[in-house]
Amino acid sequence: MAKIGVFLCYCGTNIGGVVNIPEVAEAARNMPQVVFVQENKYTCSEPGQMEIRRAIEENNLDRVIIGCCSPRMHEKTYRKAVAAAGLNPYLLEIANLREHCSWVHGGDREAATAKAIELVRMAVAKAARHEKLFPKEVPVTKRALVIGGGVAGIQAALDIANSGYEVVIVEREPTIGGRMAQLDKTFPTLDCSACILTPKMVDVAQHPNIRLMTCAEVKHIKGFVGNFEIEILQRAKKVDETVCTGCGQCMAKCLVRTPSEFDLGMRNRSAIYIPFPQAIPLKAIIDIEHCGHFQYLRGKEECDDLEDCNICQQTCPPQAIRYDQEDEVITERFGAILVATGFKTFDHAVYGEFGGGRYPDVITSLQLERLMSASGPSGGEILRPSDKMHPKTVVFVSCVGSRDDSVNRSYCSKICCMYMAKQSIMLKEHDPDVQSYIFYIDIRAGGKDFDEFAQRAQDEYGVLYLRGRISKIIQEGKKLIVYGEDSLMGRPVRIFADLVVLATGVEPNAGAPELAQTLNISYDTHNFFVEAHPKLRPVETQSDGIFLAGCAVGPRDVPESVAHGSAAAAKVAALFSQDTLTTDPMVSEVDPMKCVGCLICAEVCPFKAIEPQVLRDGRVVASVNESLCKGCGLCVATCRSGAVNLKGFTLQQLLAEVNTLWQ
Amino acid sequence: MAVDFEPKIVGFLCNWCSYAGADMAGTSRLTYPPNIRIIRVPCSGRVDPLIIVKSFQQGADGVLIAGCHPGDCHYTEGNYYARRRFAMLAPFLDYLGIERGRFRVEWVSAAEGKRFSQVVTSFTDQVTNLGRRER
Repeated sequence: MAKIGVFLCYCGTNIGGVVNIPEVAEAARNMPQVVFVQENKYTCSEPGQMEIRRAIEENNLDRVIIGCCSPRMHEKTYRKAVAAAGLNPYLLEIANLREHCSWVHGGDREAATAKAIELVRMAVAKAARHEKLFPKEVPVTKRALVIGGGVAGIQAALDIANSGYEVVIVEREPTIGGRMAQLDKTFPTLDCSACILTPKMVDVAQHPNIRLMTCAEVKHIKGFVGNFEIEILQRAKKVDETVCTGCGQCMAKCLVRTPSEFDLGMRNRSAIYIPFPQAIPLKAIIDIEHCGHFQYLRGKEECDDLEDCNICQQTCPPQAIRYDQEDEVITERFGAILVATGFKTFDHAVYGEFGGGRYPDVITSLQLERLMSASGPSGGEILRPSDKMHPKTVVFVSCVGSRDDSVNRSYCSKICCMYMAKQSIMLKEHDPDVQSYIFYIDIRAGGKDFDEFAQRAQDEYGVLYLRGRISKIIQEGKKLIVYGEDSLMGRPVRIFADLVVLATGVEPNAGAPELAQTLNISYDTHNFFVEAHPKLRPVETQSDGIFLAGCAVGPRDVPESVAHGSAAAAKVAALFSQDTLTTDPMVSEVDPMKCVGCLICAEVCPFKAIEPQVLRDGRVVASVNESLCKGCGLCVATCRSGAVNLKGFTLQQLLAEVNTLWQ
Repeated sequence: MAVDFEPKIVGFLCNWCSYAGADMAGTSRLTYPPNIRIIRVPCSGRVDPLIIVKSFQQGADGVLIAGCHPGDCHYTEGNYYARRRFAMLAPFLDYLGIERGRFRVEWVSAAEGKRFSQVVTSFTDQVTNLGRRER
């Protein structure tokens, strides 16, 4: 027999003004197993909590019911109070007499009192079936994995490493730096992007706590916060990184030429290559798809006249080329994961009216960045792709793949208004004869010094802003005729342009949904990752120990990405400051005597917390990893043999609540 | 049908969205009929069809399930399982002779106090119109 104590709170007049508390107390005294009933003005106050402690100690109570506000409000408070009296904190149950009763039924005191009695009776029935629960302590592996080496990932990795913890950066590309490395200048201060980013990249390379893995991807994840076990696929670079000095002689001798990904196809690179001169690590890698040697290996069976090529191997002064290097899967343990996989730009080929990608002189804003960059294809001279002429009339088109439901991009990409202003200013700086036109929907320049910057483009650099959309771009001779509308003047416009720049929007990098599924974090309809709370937990996910930073969450500019990287790093450091973690004990458990081993529970489990376990008699049953289980109870409702139960919300408890109704 | 009939209604609310939505209704001092008895569950996916049938057996005139909106589940996908499970349960309730109108699944977010009070009000009206359940 349990000894249940019921504490009823007046909450000033919040509950007591509507519910007849003495009547509820009288009813509670007659409820089964209830041995103590007390009324309180404010149960949550210090004296109120003391009363609970004293009552537990004096009456030897082993279950506590509190009829008060919502458990979402004070459950933790009361658990502490109960624990202070030496009782297991999970032997507490709250009857929600305020939010679910007095506050919504203020007009009907009689019905509210009747309901309050039933709510207390339900709580009593449930609490009688409460069992002691004990949180588990698990150790923390103090190593962080950062996925993505863009500016957000770099900042996060440096901050975590500087806090004294080990970091591994996994980057899919051959170099870190991300999109920011491709930029020429940054708004609104016009800092040279490379000048502020490359020192950070070098810091990463030289930091004793950071290990960098490029051409690598996360393939599989097991475990839980503090104890992740992660499989990382390291793709073969065919070059021994420890030997390569990055001298670049192989690149000069290589016979293959193929469009450079880093320069967005604006220039060619060799098959063995270093993406750009400041790349980190500054080591060559071989592009197996285009390399003559590997083409020969693939094709020699079918075609006899292919010639083998191993010029790079012959050229390499330190003998770093390893044609026989294979992909590797590396398994390592981490305590926290930080996802900063960044963005790519929208593919404008879906817009037929902008040429659908057919006109060479209709380029994207990121391609213009490469053209402007001193390390770019034309050494910083702005030459249009078709005939290498200096463009004099440049038209910018905003919101290409942003704020457009017809291409399923309803969101604003946030950075385009500002980079168009920046690029139009830079064009004028490069060549005073350039006239830029910007077709826009709105100028969104919210940010420190942003609006002033956009205004400067108009006032000092003579950039013409035209509010309206483009209807069509037609190539005629050497000119691109841009048909659009000036909606402020209410008339159509036609501009003969030399170069058209499409302000392509931000979208998550390829593979984002797959990564989200691997990590078991949520993503939205546009494939951006979803934060645990958009305002109060912006860098956390619903999965403990997995954090987010940068544009993988939504469009962001450089300072915001850096800030979010640092914010996520602070969360990781806070996690690592503890030696052990406590887990919520309200989790599922399997009765191996009832389990038939169908493992449907394992299939539905969103957290992969259920695994098969072989018993000594050879039977396979489901087994719950208590550290992974979040206590949703999906498995419980799914189990056909009733073998799974959820502690704190057992079937017996819920049935007891139902069975006690309307007696 | 008796005019003064007061239906007995059980509501199973998920802790993260709908229970919080019901709290929000309280905090906003919205009103709804006092017939509903709310049982807190971690997730709408936790609700076993057995408990629903038991509720009817126990004398409930209506059962309401409320969870997070699709896509918003605290546990990523619990409400999807709930949705499918209850789509399967509905014809079984027919078989048991329980009218479909006595069972409702709704999505109520933590911010939708107003919606919660509307849902409870309309469901209570609906069950009242159906009358006492024949047993």
